[in-house]
Amino acid sequence: MDFLIFQVPMLTLQATLDGVLLGILFALIAYGMALQWGVMNIINIAQGDLVILGGYIAYFMYLWGIHPAWGVIVSPFIMYFVGVGIYKLVINKVVDRDLFISILATFGISILFMQLMNFAFGADVVLANSGYGTTMLFDNSVTLPNSKIFSAFISIIFAIGLVIYMKKSKLGRAIRATAQNARAAKILGVDTEKVYAATFGINAALCGVAGALISITFTIHPYMGLPYTIRSFMIVIVAGLGNLPGVAMSGMGLGVFEEFADYILGTEFRIGSVFLLLVLILVYRRFKLSRKREYLK
Amino acid sequence: MKINKIILSFISALALLLSTSVTSFAKVVGDKIILGSAISLTGKYSSNGVHTQNGYNMAVDRINSMGGVKVGGKTYKFEIIYYDDESNPKRAAQLAERLISQDGVEFMLGPYSSGLTKAIAPVTEKYGVPMVEANGASRSLFTKGYKYLFAVLAPANLYLDVAIDLAVEKNGGKPVKIAQAFEQDAFSQDVRLGILEAAERTGSKIIIDDKLPKELNDMAATLAKVKAVKPDVLVVSGHTKGALTAIRQIAEMKVDVPMLAMTHCDAAKLSKQHGKNSEYALCASQWHKTLSYKDKFFGNGMKYAADFEKEFKYDPPYQAAESSAALLVFKDAFERANSFDKKKVRDALAATNMQTFYGNIKFAEGGQNVDKPMVLFQVMCNADGSKCENKVVAPTKWASAKLIHPIPSWSER
Repeated sequence: MDFLIFQVPMLTLQATLDGVLLGILFALIAYGMALQWGVMNIINIAQGDLVILGGYIAYFMYLWGIHPAWGVIVSPFIMYFVGVGIYKLVINKVVDRDLFISILATFGISILFMQLMNFAFGADVVLANSGYGTTMLFDNSVTLPNSKIFSAFISIIFAIGLVIYMKKSKLGRAIRATAQNARAAKILGVDTEKVYAATFGINAALCGVAGALISITFTIHPYMGLPYTIRSFMIVIVAGLGNLPGVAMSGMGLGVFEEFADYILGTEFRIGSVFLLLVLILVYRRFKLSRKREYLK
Repeated sequence: MKINKIILSFISALALLLSTSVTSFAKVVGDKIILGSAISLTGKYSSNGVHTQNGYNMAVDRINSMGGVKVGGKTYKFEIIYYDDESNPKRAAQLAERLISQDGVEFMLGPYSSGLTKAIAPVTEKYGVPMVEANGASRSLFTKGYKYLFAVLAPANLYLDVAIDLAVEKNGGKPVKIAQAFEQDAFSQDVRLGILEAAERTGSKIIIDDKLPKELNDMAATLAKVKAVKPDVLVVSGHTKGALTAIRQIAEMKVDVPMLAMTHCDAAKLSKQHGKNSEYALCASQWHKTLSYKDKFFGNGMKYAADFEKEFKYDPPYQAAESSAALLVFKDAFERANSFDKKKVRDALAATNMQTFYGNIKFAEGGQNVDKPMVLFQVMCNADGSKCENKVVAPTKWASAKLIHPIPSWSER
């Protein structure tokens, strides 16, 4: 236990700001998960691996001399098709099945992706440098890397963009209709197969954006996906499926919680405390995880 | 269904491939000495696993082309059977078992990493198979009383204690304040033990002692604390990801410390990824090409590096150099034992006292190499940061540049 954080007020502020910025990024990943969970009733264990794959796309752009920030445009494009591809190959076979089957299937995809990424990109830890510099507050006692601010900003833009898209576009309406009642949507002429594919693609695209952001803020590595899956899973559980402001809030909450756990308990318990929190929340909710498809606002 | 067929044929092709490659070898066939090694060609250690394998292969080719190994008046050549251990300790132990009991291998080369070496050592010990390893530095390997384990490298607790001595020296012989962050794995924890001992020896105080998780990619909290308490030295050990994360976040958060000491900077290609931001970092290394050790197979470090680069198209990290040295040790031991008897080879290994391009090699009771000090190098860059180099700064005997201390603050950089 270490209470240095409460003795130095600037550390408290630092931790809170770090947590909020981090949390916004988590919320973006979680939003993708909530979307396809709500529409297709699939818990995607491979979520984090899609994020890492998106990160590698930005990393390779960086290697080719393109600024990695463009990754937030390129990565979702590529990842959309990766997502649709996964849907056509695997997910469409499990979409109407038991939740357990979908977890197993996506777990398999996760392992496959990890190994393929390791095979293709090597096991080295990599990162892309944005060269964005640092914002310093209060006479250099609170520092915010501009890459983190950039990440949060881009995440917010994509989240807002997606909400508008879901409200206004034809596909967005079809996705919402399918989420409410797939059968009824089908009867009324919605091609649910297409809707599912698009949903999974959009989710993968969001992961692509997040991955690109992670490659410029943190590091990426073929085996680093799982913590992102767990975090987004947790955020979605706390917020519920149809609740975007909830996802954003619980994302930020989780970010701040992690930072404080890091300061107080030590970095070694950072991920551990997330898992612990997950267990506590699950117990609190008494496993009343709703298995019905919820309407996505 | 088409996909199923493809998968099925893929699997059967793989099975066929495996079944043909499992032919029975013995320890010495004709004029070949067969060595066995489980090595991480896939999985999280695959990049360092490949460095290890390249180091082994390079030495095998070199020794074979320069007359091979002379035992009992006959010349033998080295050959290595590799199996991929998938960076998985359980798998590594299984493969060691298989190499020894199925393939009849009687002499082993080590895998990559302390964890995997730990998994294999009990197996080789059980069968009395001598193993020369080059990539397991954890101290716990050398305290178990293993008789058949020999490591050409210095144990992990010696990695960074030099840095503490250096900091104390720069502080006018007075104790220093140390902040440290170590990953929770066997290797990094041993490095930590070394620091604890050095701190006790010098009367220094450890003011931050963080443990980093395996999934480490953010150490902002540790660094914010470092900023608040202003230590004299910051020590970080968390494999490549620890080194990369630390450099990135120290630069982003403008953390000023007079001395920054790390492990795994060589493999991390710190300066390549971070350029000028990585400048002034002190890195512990088993070997550096500028050291002046010599042998007749590779000449010296610079020649080794040039030859390695020619063959594998990259600058050899120390993981490759120490792996090559393992073969030199085996050759030397076979010739001195003048026999292929496991026990005799083991005794010859224990009596090793030689110089290789990689350093002097002499084994202590526990099997670790006690005749080769660690070196510390400092990353030094040119004015625009386009070219950074590792310059050896300690111990003084090997230094090729003068230590820059304290590290200039970020406002001046």
